[in-house]
Amino acid sequence: MKEPQVNNPGGSPVANNNLYSRVTGAGGARQSRITLQSRWAAYVQHHKLTAVESLLRLLKSPGGSAMTWVVLAIALALPMTLYVSLENVKQLSRTWDQSSQISVYLKANTLPRFAQDLRDKIQKMPNVQLAQYISPKQALSEFSAATGLSDVVHGLEDNPLPGVISVIPKLDGMASGAVEDLELALSQLRHVESVQLDLLWVKRLFQFMELGQRLVWALAALLGLAVLLIIGNTIRLSIESRRDEILVVKLVGGTDAFVRRPFLYTGIWFGLGGGLIAYMLLSVGLYWLSGPVENLISLYGSDFVLQGLNLSDSLLLIFDGVLLGWFGAWLAVSRHLSKIKP
Amino acid sequence: MAHVRFDNVSKSYLGGHQALSELSFEINQGEIAFLTGHSGAGKSTLLKLIMLMEKASHGQVLVDGVNLARLSNGQIPYHRRRVGVVFQNHQLLFDRSVFENVALPLRISGYTSRDLERRVRAALDKVGLLRYEKKSPIELSGGEQQRVGIARAVVNKPSLILADEPTGNLDPKLSREIMNLFEQFNDVGVSVLIASHDVNLIGRLNHRVIALKDGRLLGERAAGEQSGGQSRGEQ
Repeated sequence: MKEPQVNNPGGSPVANNNLYSRVTGAGGARQSRITLQSRWAAYVQHHKLTAVESLLRLLKSPGGSAMTWVVLAIALALPMTLYVSLENVKQLSRTWDQSSQISVYLKANTLPRFAQDLRDKIQKMPNVQLAQYISPKQALSEFSAATGLSDVVHGLEDNPLPGVISVIPKLDGMASGAVEDLELALSQLRHVESVQLDLLWVKRLFQFMELGQRLVWALAALLGLAVLLIIGNTIRLSIESRRDEILVVKLVGGTDAFVRRPFLYTGIWFGLGGGLIAYMLLSVGLYWLSGPVENLISLYGSDFVLQGLNLSDSLLLIFDGVLLGWFGAWLAVSRHLSKIKP
Repeated sequence: MAHVRFDNVSKSYLGGHQALSELSFEINQGEIAFLTGHSGAGKSTLLKLIMLMEKASHGQVLVDGVNLARLSNGQIPYHRRRVGVVFQNHQLLFDRSVFENVALPLRISGYTSRDLERRVRAALDKVGLLRYEKKSPIELSGGEQQRVGIARAVVNKPSLILADEPTGNLDPKLSREIMNLFEQFNDVGVSVLIASHDVNLIGRLNHRVIALKDGRLLGERAAGEQSGGQSRGEQ
């Protein structure tokens, strides 16, 4: 017989005792008490189970999940790429800082003796790393060597070039206005005709970097929002497809937290996968670029090395993915779950 | 004390449909009763009020002396855990095994695996389906699916079981078996309320009958009375 006997006296008594023994024993129908400790153990157990189940569910439809993961990865990798580029430019510009210098032009006919004294005086000023006197003669020979106009230079009756003291300021740890202060102090010295700051382009670069930094933030915010929307929409579809399950869970006494849990884990897995793939994209991209970049840089005689993602940046990237995944899921769940009422 | 008490309860839906009107009755602790009436008489609405799937528009519904209107949204899940429900369409989840379907209320209530397995097996054994625990519910027959639904309803050892047309799609023999299960639970002190329009089945069992018509109490038949005394309004 296909249908087993429901009131089969052979198999039932043991089960009867197990199932409702405490109900009858207590003289009325009462649920047995669960200790706090076992409740906590069950809670942890359920978290683990839900985490694994949500991951398996994602892996069950690998095509769709992979697509979502890659989209999330791209959204996460884009601002991170900009950030890494910016960090590299910053590092590169630090070597340029060293080369920024102040040229102090001396008045014509300043005696070399006074010029040397002035150099010594400037060298002792705070914020000055190096002061170097270039006599008009030296300047002229440097000029003719650099331009190849030695014939023209030899044809000159007088040396038209003034003496120059080349000053390299200490930029490390200096306040932003300190270079300008130094410039002012130098211009007020005796024998000084004019002071020229070769720093303008560095300033511009810093301004561009400031702009770049803001751009990174704006882009990160926009793409972060995109990640939230992508995850929110994915979770919304997932909620729709599991509507029956949600109804049943609510009917047998599932709390909102219980209903929410698998979806939050789904969001976390999406975020984690997106973060990891973004990390891989960036690593591969940097590795791909490092060869040409180093060749290019070596042409300029710099010892600059392309900076990749350090550990904390990488962890931050992945953590951001997880956080956005969780939050996106939470938003979707709180928006759509309350609409499903048994 | 009355296990379930309806005190002058009315329920009207948006758009003015009056599902229940000034309904009053009691179900005592450990009692088994049938709720009958044709479709639209308000049977399902009545069960929904006890499950807090709906709230009464007027009047009070009390379960274990607790006025359900006083429960906050956060307390509703805990109320539902004390009530086992069996649906006509059994509401099983086909994406998981029979075992996991029955285990669901226990996972929700916070049981650890060992305790949980023991209880699920006991419940499945009780309905005679222990050997199907690893199968998907979709592989089972209608009667078997309904029994899985019953196992899920009782696995948490609720003191009250509600059943909405539990034999709706079953032949008389299977229906009789399902009713027999409910009687067994009632024998150990569980209160049982079964909504059904299966007049023949109800007639053969000498339990209390509460008859509804158009949301009103049409009449009652006390337990042990002859089936001939059943209310009119049934075909």
